[in-house]
Amino acid sequence: MKEYKTITEISGPLVFVEVDEPVGYDEIVEIKLSDGSTKRGQVLESGEEIVSLQVFEGTDELDRSSSVRFLGETMKMPVTEDLLGRVLSGRGEPIDGGADIVPEERRDIIGAAINPHAREYPDEFIQTGVSAIDGMNTLVRGQKLPIFSGSGLPHNELALQIARQADVRDDIGAEDDADTEDEEFAVIFGAMGITQEEANEFLEEFERTGALERSVVFQNLADDPAVERIVTPRMALTTAEYLAFDKGYHVLVILTDMTNYCEALREIGAAREEVPGRRGYPGYMYTDLANLYERAGRIEGKEGSVTQIPILTMPGDDDTHPIPDLTGYITEGQIYIDRRLESEGREPPVNVLPSLSRLMDDGIGEGYTREDHGDVANQLYAAYAEGNDLRDLVNIVGREALSERDNRFLDFADAFEGELIDQGWDTNRTIEETLGIAWDLLSTLPKTEMKRIDDDFVEKYYVGEDEAEEEEAEAAA
Amino acid sequence: MSKAETQQTEDEGRITNVSGPVVEAKGLDARMNDVVRVGEEELMGEVIEIEGGVTIIQVYEETSGISPGEPVITTGAPLSVELGPGILDSIYDGVQRPLDILEEEMGDFLDRGVDAPGIDLEKNWDFTPEVEEGDEVGEGDIVGTVPETESIDHKVMVPPDVEGTVSEVNEGEYTVEEPVVVLEDGTEITMLQEWPVRKARPVERKQTPRTPLQTGQRILDTLFPIAKGGTAAIPGPFGSGKTVTQHQLAKWSDADIVVYVGCGERGNEMTEVIDDFPELEDPKTGKPLMSRTSLIANTSNMPVAARESCIYTGITLAEYYRDMGYDVALMADSTSRWAEAMREISSRLEEMPGEEGYPAYLAASLAEFYERGGRVETLGGYDGSISVIGAVSPPGGDFSEPVTQNTLRIVKCFWALDADLAERRHFPAINWNDSYSLYKSQLDDFFADEVDEGWAETRQWAVGILDEEADLQEVVQLVGKDALPEDQQLTLEVARYIREVFLQQDAFHDVDTYCDLNKQFEMLRLIRKFNDLAFDALDAGVPVDEIQDVDAAPRMFNIPTEEDWEPLAEEIDEELDKEFGELS
Ligand SMILES: Nc1ncnc2c1ncn2[C@@H]1O[C@H](COP(=O)(O)OP(=O)(O)O)[C@@H](O)[C@H]1O
Ligand SMILES: [Mg+2]
Repeated sequence: MKEYKTITEISGPLVFVEVDEPVGYDEIVEIKLSDGSTKRGQVLESGEEIVSLQVFEGTDELDRSSSVRFLGETMKMPVTEDLLGRVLSGRGEPIDGGADIVPEERRDIIGAAINPHAREYPDEFIQTGVSAIDGMNTLVRGQKLPIFSGSGLPHNELALQIARQADVRDDIGAEDDADTEDEEFAVIFGAMGITQEEANEFLEEFERTGALERSVVFQNLADDPAVERIVTPRMALTTAEYLAFDKGYHVLVILTDMTNYCEALREIGAAREEVPGRRGYPGYMYTDLANLYERAGRIEGKEGSVTQIPILTMPGDDDTHPIPDLTGYITEGQIYIDRRLESEGREPPVNVLPSLSRLMDDGIGEGYTREDHGDVANQLYAAYAEGNDLRDLVNIVGREALSERDNRFLDFADAFEGELIDQGWDTNRTIEETLGIAWDLLSTLPKTEMKRIDDDFVEKYYVGEDEAEEEEAEAAA
Repeated sequence: MSKAETQQTEDEGRITNVSGPVVEAKGLDARMNDVVRVGEEELMGEVIEIEGGVTIIQVYEETSGISPGEPVITTGAPLSVELGPGILDSIYDGVQRPLDILEEEMGDFLDRGVDAPGIDLEKNWDFTPEVEEGDEVGEGDIVGTVPETESIDHKVMVPPDVEGTVSEVNEGEYTVEEPVVVLEDGTEITMLQEWPVRKARPVERKQTPRTPLQTGQRILDTLFPIAKGGTAAIPGPFGSGKTVTQHQLAKWSDADIVVYVGCGERGNEMTEVIDDFPELEDPKTGKPLMSRTSLIANTSNMPVAARESCIYTGITLAEYYRDMGYDVALMADSTSRWAEAMREISSRLEEMPGEEGYPAYLAASLAEFYERGGRVETLGGYDGSISVIGAVSPPGGDFSEPVTQNTLRIVKCFWALDADLAERRHFPAINWNDSYSLYKSQLDDFFADEVDEGWAETRQWAVGILDEEADLQEVVQLVGKDALPEDQQLTLEVARYIREVFLQQDAFHDVDTYCDLNKQFEMLRLIRKFNDLAFDALDAGVPVDEIQDVDAAPRMFNIPTEEDWEPLAEEIDEELDKEFGELS
């Protein structure tokens, strides 16, 4: 393989090299520095004479005398089941001091798109034990459901709680009792630009719960090169796809923090002097993110699944910022962590109103969770939204000025946050428990307000007093 | 995708530069928009710019590993689709490659370098002629039919620019490439036509649309109707209901043919359609929905150049069925992703960017696309239409951005989705204050004749109440509802019934998902009856509390989900009379 000592320009994370032989687009390069150390990079544009590269470890200490070797192949991830239990760098190299990895196969990390015709629509309920999710924004196997958070908010705690508690309830809907064996999730954790401290939170928890042996950790920390973040999630997802679709695992992929990933994209775009899109992020960021997020799902005839929980911190808590905005346009819903709820000590501080699970409808109801689930969720949404609206008004006019009905909705909103949402980080609720609490809350409202719920379910589950009947009884007496 | 057969000598050039989906070549003698084969793997591409000796190509497949020096061959033909029986009940990618065939050939993941014809060239179809020897036929005339699916007869047409006297007619089983009719000058008419996607298929003339596309969605049919042959935009932030609305239209609208283009959106949403449509019944024919549907799926993770072309592929298929005299509905979800694909390619070409980085021709491209819709008299003299409904995904939900704004200048229905409504699970989250339809007046005759004389007037009444509510809500925000005078409280109550009983509609409820025009009208009539009785009672001195306690009124909430709704509506109607009679 030819070695070039023809670097003509170094600019931010980019390097331009003169070549006299054709180089493939996306190909991997190795750059040798004068001190003998090496860095890796990737071809961003390949011309007949000039090739531009992005260098994953950053261009510090590179100079024009550094030599460049094109490896003749695109970036690969060595995959094997033995990756489970290992901690790797953001570039997929072991950093846990363990044995060398003997790959079964080396997979292109770009990843081809799943043919939509080959997909199986996800509909298997995952019980996370978190009421705000299970009850209101149900997660299913093969879904991509991000956490929209802000800096300093406990998104990691929520991700960890989900990873710890996630369970598929094989006891509900006994149709396919064939696979009632214990199917624990394999967890792939892709860290991008987070602090050592945050990374340790995850690692220690994985060790404490014994989850580490069925986890693969990819770790690009805050002081690791930013450009490396471009490959970290691709490494993680390539591993996830291998474990899911070749080895039959149900894989849960946690990617944090997507905001850092997007910053790295922006940095490269700026270095290439591209026309920037909204707020300086590249115009192709939607496509780029889609190429990550769409690597979740199920495939017909395949055992495993890839479920994704990407985490992102919204700059300025603004969900119209391009990072959450483009994410929400691609993922199958989103879970919002809320600053007010956090300051009120709610655990987890999930704001259900803007949250959404797009795959909920097919994963709940009879045979999946419980017959009344969908109606109950709708009713909770409507009632909570109404109570929440009244909070502004009550600040102006005071409670006395509100009607009795309004006061009950206000109380409902408070109780909803206090009892359904604020369950604590260590509480693992079954879906039946969640729905039970939901009915207790709904039963504080008049029966006539249960407009979103089928009458039969109201008859069966509503435990409040029937005021209309009482009134009639009174009138009769 | 069409192999683009050609007599021209194929000319070969060499790649000089690769940057993502954009490849430059030299030494190639190709025309603008010609399809080319790129690299050793013969990836499919299209010429999008010629600059001196340099040809710039957008490639419809991944370009990883492709390097300068590899060959580029032109096919000498523009990007075209194959038109013939077999389009319905199919699912294609953005360049009309059938996804089921690709799955057979490459497995679960989309590989590259595989070509597959858009329609099956081997399959035999049963041709029944409608012309005889000696008949004069002209362009667009139907010469016979083929049962394409359970519900649709495919009309075999004389291609544009062809006419003559029939000298031979072949009844029976033929493949799409065999002649079924031969003209005296030797021209063979087959079941197969090819058409370049970027060129609109010709029509005789445009006509004014006068019948509604019945969607079964109350807020659309009653408040903001679209005509068969009309255009509509559904803008909204993520999660507000664009896709569900598009799916509802694809399922329940009374079009003959549906072309659904998933442009740069989620894979699972296409899977959902593939799974659901064969199971669902077409409300018109009772046959599986899939047999009137053609799907084009270029999801967000599929190559971006094919995202740019999938819209054209879709509209060309739609035009072809329109030419047969069918009413076609085309849904494009999302046109914003298409615009972004244009932007992505344009920026790689280093074109002068317009507003927000979009190419300066954005407005023109959008207009051209929607212009290909409409109700027409076809070349053959038939009446056909394409209704075009585009979802728009404005960044940050801000409607002032270029794609939304340029779309608004063209379309005549605006169905504005609202994040706030979606948050409180008011679905469909179509904002009744911001949305509009410019077709109302031209459709009112239809509604008056087919449903009820009072249709337009009742609609106007409902709009009036909703307007009034919007004004009152501003006051309520400040003082609370109980501080309002009683008549205004009552107006709010009536508005609440309009919103929660009538406007809300659950797409996932077996019954509520579709509501025919009669039911729509009856529901609104009943709410209005409540209104009239309630105001009479108020005038007669009955306190508003008592009016709100009328038991029959909340029973209206049961109508949407009741399949056998007529007896229920009648019962409520009678009870309203009775209860109010007792009140005053
Ligand atoms: N008409 C409707 N009935 C019931 N639910 C709806 C309706 N429209 C939207 N939804 C809900 O809203 C979610 C988001 O809708 P979707 O159409 O996917 O949004 P968008 O395409 O605008 O991002 C759906 O998953 C569904 O839960
Ligand atoms: Mg959508």
